[in-house]
Amino acid sequence: MPEGILCNKQPIVTDEQLKLTLGDKSGKQYYAEMEQLEVDTDKLWSTIQNTMKSRLKTWLNICAKCGLCADSCFLYECNDRDPRQVPSAKIHATLGEIVKRKGKVDNAFMRKCMDIAWSWCTCCNRCGQFCPHGIDMGVMFSYTRGLLFSQGFVPWELKIGSGMHRVYKAQMDVTTEDWVDTCEWMADENSEEWPGLEIPVDKEDADIMYTLNAREAKHYPEDIAEAAILFHVAGENWTVPSEGWEQTSLTIFAGDWEGCKQQVLHVYDAIERLRPKRVVGTECGHAHRATVIEGPYWAGREDGQPPRPYIHYVEWLAEMLRTGRIKIDPAKRIKEPVTLQDSCNYVRNQGLKNITREIMSYLVEPGYFVEMAPNKEYNYCCGGGGGFNGIGKYRPQRNIALLKKREQILATGCKLVVAPCHNCWDAIRDLEEEYPIGIRWSFLKPLVIKMMIVPDHLKPQDEEGEEE
Amino acid sequence: MYNFLTGPMVWITFLVVVVGLTYHVVTYIRGLDWRLDRVGYRPNMQHGLKGAARSIFFWILPWGSHGWRAKPLFTLLFFSFHIGLLFTPIFLEAHNIMLKDSWGIRLPGISAGLADFLSWVVVIGGIFLILRRIAYPEVRILTSAYDYMLIVIAVSPFLTGLIARYNVGNYDFWLLIHIITGHVWLLSLVFTKLNHVVLFFLSRAQLGMDYGIKRGGMKGTQMTW
Repeated sequence: MPEGILCNKQPIVTDEQLKLTLGDKSGKQYYAEMEQLEVDTDKLWSTIQNTMKSRLKTWLNICAKCGLCADSCFLYECNDRDPRQVPSAKIHATLGEIVKRKGKVDNAFMRKCMDIAWSWCTCCNRCGQFCPHGIDMGVMFSYTRGLLFSQGFVPWELKIGSGMHRVYKAQMDVTTEDWVDTCEWMADENSEEWPGLEIPVDKEDADIMYTLNAREAKHYPEDIAEAAILFHVAGENWTVPSEGWEQTSLTIFAGDWEGCKQQVLHVYDAIERLRPKRVVGTECGHAHRATVIEGPYWAGREDGQPPRPYIHYVEWLAEMLRTGRIKIDPAKRIKEPVTLQDSCNYVRNQGLKNITREIMSYLVEPGYFVEMAPNKEYNYCCGGGGGFNGIGKYRPQRNIALLKKREQILATGCKLVVAPCHNCWDAIRDLEEEYPIGIRWSFLKPLVIKMMIVPDHLKPQDEEGEEE
Repeated sequence: MYNFLTGPMVWITFLVVVVGLTYHVVTYIRGLDWRLDRVGYRPNMQHGLKGAARSIFFWILPWGSHGWRAKPLFTLLFFSFHIGLLFTPIFLEAHNIMLKDSWGIRLPGISAGLADFLSWVVVIGGIFLILRRIAYPEVRILTSAYDYMLIVIAVSPFLTGLIARYNVGNYDFWLLIHIITGHVWLLSLVFTKLNHVVLFFLSRAQLGMDYGIKRGGMKGTQMTW
């Protein structure tokens, strides 16, 4: 069988196909079909010839096989220092082999590559910082994922994820109507406690356009409400777009480069349409990477910048705290040991390491903030990055991967972990479920809401105009 | 034979090395692709060049980068080996005399004692690199015969040079072997992975530009990876 009904070389582009694939419980039929999927070796080789330019080619060729990347990889360490998990060994066993064989590889080999590309590497890019030759295996695995996706060898959940983006313009089946309704619902729900609270949709020329993660719209609408409350308190002139609000990109995890471009263009179109002064994204790492760091390149923007200044939530929040537009009640500052998770996707990949620490300096009583070791750009992946969190087939491997973060958190002695990234937040939640160590975890928004000083005029008034 | 190897063959080897390495540099740079690499090289050249310079500088400085500091002993071995490898042949008195005889130029020479010492560093360093490949599973899994061959190619001229210099066995024979391995060494800079003699700088510069442009550099964060 050259191509299956569910598992094939075509990305999902229709709702029908999406539902069909979703209906296949845990991807049973999908993975069964994958075993029969034919590899188009000619296409594979021509794709490599067209897309593998000097950077990747040289990286593969000049790797001195020195093994210095070994210790940089948390998966190598978590898996009892299995030599097969050495980053260089992983990439040479997959991409290196495909190139060596000029694309002439079989089905079993491609499935092995899929396992390695999605469960042995989270594309956290940490190894790139330890290679004397400056070889970044995370970049190479992202590339390898693209090759595998184009041949249909992609985990079931990510095939669906990519399809969701292509069909719904979001990683989940949230329609424009669902989204706008959620905004109205959240504004209403909180209007009693926050008089005048609004979630303005499609307001033109606002100071800020806010974009987020579809999981918030689908499963955590309170996160949207929290963002609205903070914008409200800070007195921002803000808006959300009715279309192009979804900032994440499961397509980047899937290796669906065409899908990546489509998704980021929805957001850029919204920016062009609403002309905000700048854009703020939610507390999410890969969303930031997808729309701000890599997105401009997918969209073909030569300067590598989005159409308007586009900042991560931590940058906005730090600015508000710095300028006093949001003030923290000193009595409510955190007075217990607290640590911070550095999201690979905006710390290592965009240098926002000091901004998050500046925020901690406002929120935490001096002496209570404990750094993880290692930290900042050398911090480890949460254990669930690069799509790892969401792939059922690789759940056992993912659970092992959580052990590194567990070890780091335990070493800090903290019971509270601040994790301003959806994926890190999820991984740390799962960590507590898998290996209970008695920790709590939080995004920044709910912490700040609990701790901020609310100006009197924003508080609910009783009938006589008195404060309640 | 001797006359050929120290005469016309030198010209041939030098020409091949210069042309070959230039070819590597040019094809590398021409093969960069801002869209596929996802680095806006041209519009952000200044940030890029700054990042590239930083990246190269901290990695050619012993213990200069976080990576080098993570493995201090390997770093010592690595730098001694490379300093011996590059420094000795260029500044060796005997080579300089030959250079003076044929091209009329000479570089500052180093004492025979220092040259011996550096050659020994290369030989012993090479042995340690081989032992390391055998001893550590994380390096063993990466190692193939090719990697051992490269070490042998790199070390041979130094070992044979030392043998000749100490007059162990037949001097003329060992001198000839020394010259031949020297030619192999030089030609390998073009045709083997030893091309990292130039590609190291390009690859580092590329990642440095990446960091300098999109991975924090333009946000004002200097990451000394």
